[in-house]
Amino acid sequence: MVEVNRGGRTVGDVVVIDRVPELQGWDREGDVLRLGASLTYAEMADPALASLVPALAQAARTVGSPQIRAAGTIGGNLATASPAGDTLPVLAALDAEVEIRSHQGHRTVPLDEFVIGVKANDLAPGELIAAVRVPVLDGPQEFLKVGPRNAMVISVASLALVVDRVGRTVRVGLGSVAPVPLRAIEAEVMIAARLDWAGGRSPTIHDVERFAELVADATRPIDDHRGSADYRRHSVGVLARRALVRAFGEPTP
Amino acid sequence: MIGPYGLTVNGRRHEVVDGWVGESLLFVLRERLGLPGSKNACEEGECGSCTVRLDDRLVCSCLVLAAAAADRSVTTVEGLSAGHEAGGPLSDVQQAFVDAGAVQCGFCTPGLLMAVDDLLDHDPDPDDLTVREAISGNLCRCTGYGRILDAVDRAALARREART
Repeated sequence: MVEVNRGGRTVGDVVVIDRVPELQGWDREGDVLRLGASLTYAEMADPALASLVPALAQAARTVGSPQIRAAGTIGGNLATASPAGDTLPVLAALDAEVEIRSHQGHRTVPLDEFVIGVKANDLAPGELIAAVRVPVLDGPQEFLKVGPRNAMVISVASLALVVDRVGRTVRVGLGSVAPVPLRAIEAEVMIAARLDWAGGRSPTIHDVERFAELVADATRPIDDHRGSADYRRHSVGVLARRALVRAFGEPTP
Repeated sequence: MIGPYGLTVNGRRHEVVDGWVGESLLFVLRERLGLPGSKNACEEGECGSCTVRLDDRLVCSCLVLAAAAADRSVTTVEGLSAGHEAGGPLSDVQQAFVDAGAVQCGFCTPGLLMAVDDLLDHDPDPDDLTVREAISGNLCRCTGYGRILDAVDRAALARREART
């Protein structure tokens, strides 16, 4: 709409989908949540859903203003496929799947195959995002974002950390540090092997530092008007350390 | 050209004829329906001066396709005190802004009034952080937010008193 207002985008035929009931709301089937494409940021931050996917709610709370959160949707965030899309690192960490429909049928695409470049997605003409599926996991979740101020900010770097106590995995999604949302697989594997899953003892300072380093190493940032590549790499390391400490407690010596 | 569709604004039904599909709700309100209360500043959802209520949601009308609001209920700042031109009172929020001296150039005021009215509908006694969050999408470039925050307190008090 911004591009239309500025005269830079021509508008052909438009189908308004914000009142299609099948695209609205969310429901839970066992340990899987199906989030309708028209689910707004305000709805993502609603306590009932926030308790099931806290990182998504945290990300939604950082988007724009109340006016933007009342109108913007998870389907819109996905379709826009901006490197700075706030829900994308969370969806990456959750291994979300995108449900796509067209008059020819439907298909399901993992997030890393859906977002294929800067503002580029896997949708073919005539296809529509119907929903996003994410798991309900047992374990802490965090979403953290760096920007010049608190409100109305496009992220300079962002990080989602999701813990699965049952599967004994830690999953890290990164935003604004590459053309597409990234995972920090090396860091994830390293910290999962070092965590005291049964005893619940917090990780050592050494492990936390190593984790932060590996997360920062996973980035492929660029210099732009919002921040330098160096600053982004540094920020992500700080966010990784902070998220891990929030999830598992102050590190032991 | 698209064609004719109905918009319900402040309880009154309007017919939009000869519209273009890409027109924002803000444009149609101001230029076609003669309702210039909602202001046009950034046209990208950053400033909040065009804030309206669409059904029960507070939105930036510059980011809504006008035709997408067909058959929905739109409330603009003109709808806050519909009887004012006929000699009726201002709304509680409007009166509080006057009393607190919270208006300087006035350009951000309509959007702020809408945001504060919506806030108090949902939370009659908001704490300071909630108020700041609720108006975080409305930029004032004149003078800062001190008197605006004061106006919100006054409006909240007036509305609570009116209810008891």
